[in-house]
Amino acid sequence: MNAALELGLLYGIMALGVYLTFRILNFPDLTVDGSFTTGAAVAASLIINGVPAPLATLAGAASGAVAGLVTGVLYTKGRIDGLLAGILTMIALWSINLRIMGKSNLPLLREDTLMTPLRDAGLLGGAWSILLFAVAALVIKFAIDWFLSTDLGLSIQATGNNEQMIRSLGVNTHRTTILTLAISNGLVALCGALIAQYQGFADVSMGIGLILVGLASVIVGQAVFGRRNIFLASLAVIGGAVIYRLVIFFALGAGLNPNDMKLISALLVVAALLLPRWGFLKRIPSLRQMRSAAAVKPNYVKAN
Amino acid sequence: MLLIENITKTFFPGTVNERVALNDVSLQLNTGDFVTVIGSNGAGKSTLLNMISGKLPIDSGDLSIDGSSVKRMPDYARAAYVGRVFQDPMAGTAPDLSIEQNLALALRRGKRRGLAWGVTHKRREFFREELLSLELGLENRLKARVGLLSGGQRQALSLLMASFTQPRILLLDEHTAALDPQRAELVTTLTESIVAKHHLTTLMVTHNMEQALRLGNRLIMMHEGQIILDVDAERKATMTVPDLLAEFAKIKGASLDDRALLG
Ligand SMILES: Nc1ncnc2c1ncn2[C@@H]1O[C@H](COP(=O)(O)OP(=O)(O)OP(=O)(O)O)[C@@H](O)[C@H]1O
Ligand SMILES: [Mg+2]
Repeated sequence: MNAALELGLLYGIMALGVYLTFRILNFPDLTVDGSFTTGAAVAASLIINGVPAPLATLAGAASGAVAGLVTGVLYTKGRIDGLLAGILTMIALWSINLRIMGKSNLPLLREDTLMTPLRDAGLLGGAWSILLFAVAALVIKFAIDWFLSTDLGLSIQATGNNEQMIRSLGVNTHRTTILTLAISNGLVALCGALIAQYQGFADVSMGIGLILVGLASVIVGQAVFGRRNIFLASLAVIGGAVIYRLVIFFALGAGLNPNDMKLISALLVVAALLLPRWGFLKRIPSLRQMRSAAAVKPNYVKAN
Repeated sequence: MLLIENITKTFFPGTVNERVALNDVSLQLNTGDFVTVIGSNGAGKSTLLNMISGKLPIDSGDLSIDGSSVKRMPDYARAAYVGRVFQDPMAGTAPDLSIEQNLALALRRGKRRGLAWGVTHKRREFFREELLSLELGLENRLKARVGLLSGGQRQALSLLMASFTQPRILLLDEHTAALDPQRAELVTTLTESIVAKHHLTTLMVTHNMEQALRLGNRLIMMHEGQIILDVDAERKATMTVPDLLAEFAKIKGASLDDRALLG
C-alpha cells in the first residue's frame, strides 16, 4: 500500500507531462512510451559509469526533452500527423534506448542512486518517503502552474485552445508546440530516471503502454477532483496517478498478475471515455472533444 | 503606409478548379484611413485581407508596410503590425482562458513573451479601464472564462484585443455578420469609437452598403478579384446606396439589384 502511494506520486510527474500535451496543448503525444525509457536508460548507464546520481537524473530528463523536440519538429516543420510523429519517435527510441543501455536490462542494485540514502535510512515504504515524494511532485506541479501563468505559458495554453487566434496575436505556434513537447517529455523522462532508481533497474520495455497510464491518471484524476483551473487540474493529475496505482495495487491483491495491468489501464481509459456519453459522471472531461480539436489542428499548420 | 502593388492570387492553379481570387490588385492606404470594402460573394475581399495579414502567401506582386516589404514575413511576425477580427465570434478569443488572460495575450502582440506573470495587478487595472469603454460590464468579470460569453460580447472583446495595442493596420472581415442586428449595431458603434480613439488605419469588409457609406473616409468595391471602384471621402459623404448600385451597374455594364450585390 505504501509502495503504491510512493509509485503513484513518482508516476505523478509523468502524468503531469502527459497533462501538458494532452490537455494544455491538445496534442495526442505517443512519444512518452519511448522517452520514459530513454530517461531511465540514460540515468542508469551514467550512474553505472560513475556519474553522480543527481546529474545522471538531470541528463535523463534532458534526453527526454530532446525526444519531445524531435516529435515537435516532425509535426510542425515536417507536417507529419501528430499521432504518427509521436509513434515514429517512440519506435526509433526503442533502438536508441537499447544502444544506450547496451543490453535490455541494467541493474542498479549496488550503485549509488538518489534512492540509496532513503533505503539506507530505512525510510522507503514509510511515511517520510511518501511525504518526500509528495513534496517532489508538488514542487513540479507548482512550477508548471507558475509557468502556465506567465506570458509564455499563456501563449502555450492559447496554442492548444485556439491556434488561429494566437497566431494572429503574434505567436509562432510551431515554437510553442515544440517547446511544450520538449518540456512534457522531459518530465516523462525525469520520471523514468526516478522509477529506474526506485525499482533498482532500467529495462528496455519499461515504457510500453505508459501513455495509457498517463491518460488514465489525467482523465480519472480530473473526473474525481475536477479541473476548474490550472491549480486544481494539475493537482488532480497527481491525484489520478495515485488512484491509478492504488487500483493496480488492489487488482494485484485480488489475484490478477502484473501482465494483466495493461488491460486494466486500457479498460480504465475506455470507461472514462464512454461514461460521459451515457450522461452520468458529467465532470469527466470529454476526450472526444479533445480529439476533434487535435484533428482540426494540422489544417492550421498546413495553411502556413 | 500600406502599399499593395499588383498582387495576384490564384487557388489551385493549373487544375480544373483554378480560381483567380485576386487579379493584379493595387491599393495604397494612408495613415489613419478607414476604408470600407464591399463586393459580391467570392469577389476576393477576404483573400485580400488574408494577403495583408500573411495568413496565405502571395503569388506575385508586393506588399509593404511603412516602406518595407513584408511579403515574406510569416503571419505571426506580421501580427506585430496587423490586428485582425474574424467573422466567426469564436475565432478571435481562447474560450478556455479567462477574459484577463485573453487580454494579457493580446497585450504582448508583436513582443517577446517571457517568464513574467501574464496578469499582473497593473495590467489588470489597465484591462478594467479598457473593458469599461465597451460598456458591457465585462470589467467586473475579468476571471470569467471567455467561452461563457455571448457571441456579441466575444466579438467586442476580440475587437478590443485586436486594437488596444494600436497596430499599424486593423483588419475587420464582416466582423458583425454573425451577430443579431442589435449586437451587430453595438459592435459597429464600438468599432467606430475605437478606430477614432486610436486613429487606426482600418480595412473593414461589410455586406451592408448603408454601413459602408456611413463609416470611414473611403470606400472600395471589389468584383471578380479586382477593385472596380474607389470612392474618396468627399464623394462618399454625398453618395447613397442607389448611387452605389448605379455605379456598379455602369462599370459592369449590367443592371443588378441590391440583393445580388449583397450576395
Ligand atoms: N483557402 C482557399 N482555398 C481555395 N479557394 C479559396 C480559398 N479562399 C478563397 N478561395 C476562393 O477565392 C475566391 C475569393 O474568395 P474570398 O473569400 O476572397 O471572397 P469574398 O469576397 O470574401 O467573399 P464573401 O463575401 O463570400 O466572403 C472564391 O472563389 C473562393 O472560393
Ligand atoms: Mg469573405
